[in-house]
Amino acid sequence: MHSLLAVVIPYWGQSLLRVLGGLVAVLLPAGTIVYVFLFKMMSFMQSRLGPMEAGPYGSMQLFAEVGKWLQKEDIQPDNADKRIFRMAPIIVLMSTFLLVAVVPFGPDAWFTNFETGVFYALAVSSISVLGILMAGWSSANKYSLLGGLRAAGQLIAYELPMVLAVMGVVIQAGTMNLQQIVLAQNAGSIFGTDIVGNPYVLTQFVGFVVFMIAVQAELTQAPFDMPIAESELVSGYMTEYSGFRFLIFFIGEFATAGVFAMIASTLFLGGWGVPFSWFGWTSMDSVANWMNVAGPLIVFTKMMVLVFLIMWIRFSYPRFREDQLQRFAWKVLIPISLANIMVTAVLKVAF
Amino acid sequence: MVAQNIGFAIIATIMVIAAIRVVTTSNVVHAALWLVVVLAGVAAQYILLAAEFVAVTQVLVYIGAVMVLFLFGTMLTRSRIGVNSGLNNRYSNLGIPVAMVLFAAMSLALADSFGTEKLPSDGSLVTTQQISDQIFGPYLLPFWALSFVLLAAVIGAIVLARKD
Repeated sequence: MHSLLAVVIPYWGQSLLRVLGGLVAVLLPAGTIVYVFLFKMMSFMQSRLGPMEAGPYGSMQLFAEVGKWLQKEDIQPDNADKRIFRMAPIIVLMSTFLLVAVVPFGPDAWFTNFETGVFYALAVSSISVLGILMAGWSSANKYSLLGGLRAAGQLIAYELPMVLAVMGVVIQAGTMNLQQIVLAQNAGSIFGTDIVGNPYVLTQFVGFVVFMIAVQAELTQAPFDMPIAESELVSGYMTEYSGFRFLIFFIGEFATAGVFAMIASTLFLGGWGVPFSWFGWTSMDSVANWMNVAGPLIVFTKMMVLVFLIMWIRFSYPRFREDQLQRFAWKVLIPISLANIMVTAVLKVAF
Repeated sequence: MVAQNIGFAIIATIMVIAAIRVVTTSNVVHAALWLVVVLAGVAAQYILLAAEFVAVTQVLVYIGAVMVLFLFGTMLTRSRIGVNSGLNNRYSNLGIPVAMVLFAAMSLALADSFGTEKLPSDGSLVTTQQISDQIFGPYLLPFWALSFVLLAAVIGAIVLARKD
């Protein structure tokens, strides 16, 4: 695993490349998602044009927005707990960067090849709750506190179905290593035909649906946007934030959407791989080197498809009420995913 | 093994400072946040021991669930910014000898059971599979017993929270 594109890179070079790659893997999807979905697709669905002035079709709008946020005054409320107030957005963004570290992008193009990859992803994604609670509390504003508490309640409730939905995939693949899960999907076969490999979206469809709903809730996107409900809580825990601290929250929101979509595509859509039978590959070692270049593009494409789904639902449905939201998690999603685990385990032993 | 020792020393120092801040700070939310630093340090130490699974479990359970619940509870009930929460009561002097006795007992137990035994320095990785084989093999009965304790706690919580 010392060569990328058959070029030997020293260890410090690899580490540097991974850090830079991590920045690209977080910021590039975030920017693309904001422009393509938030600016353009949302406008299209609402019968308007969206930004058109900055650059061709408004494609430079995002840079203008970032410039605007960076030069705004950094306001901190008088009564705020200043140190925690400043720390909170960084913790939210940190959770995103930790999350991308386990996503594999090719046979050798990975940041860390963690043995317990999926488990790690679920664990570090829960750190963002801490940042949100800190932001809500330290703002010294009752709307912020309410938003923070709602966010915490929601994120705790929807983390469970997410973990349980992933469990089905782990049982089927027999490993928690994301690289091995990719291998199991692309080298596998379904009902004896290996033309499409065995993407788990087919065999774990229930798990996929539960996972995507849980992702929607974890991202606090509508219809699960009770914590940041702008009409009653004025953006909840983000109310008091301005300037670049708000920008960090904003980047965090869409970068996390991108990274969660990457993890979902790795778990359910075959990740960076193409079905190995197309090129006659049999194992990880026989995969051609050009997959290190094609892999990231494939992951990116699958991510865009999944984020499209997330955004489509976000722009289409009205908000859940708080009690509906909690009841949906505890009384619908968790029993379904528990049943999914049982069925998967029984079938795994039977076949 | 030297690099690990330096890493251990740095993390341990941070943990000790954070642990002292947990008990000396007068704001209950600050105390909880310092506790997060301590628990994250524990996870980092597990990573140094090449115990990935335990480290990730530590983050998921303690930082992702227990501490969030702590903060949720304190923020919901009794924490205003900049207010001295009156955490130090007259029993705090009693706590110091109790902590000393506990520390001595644990050090004694560790020294007694391991003595001069050392971890293999080749850093052989314990895989998740080995852990699960152990839990669902020889340690199945303790695992079940623990599950019953948790179940009892859950039922107790429901009984306490029910109005009728």
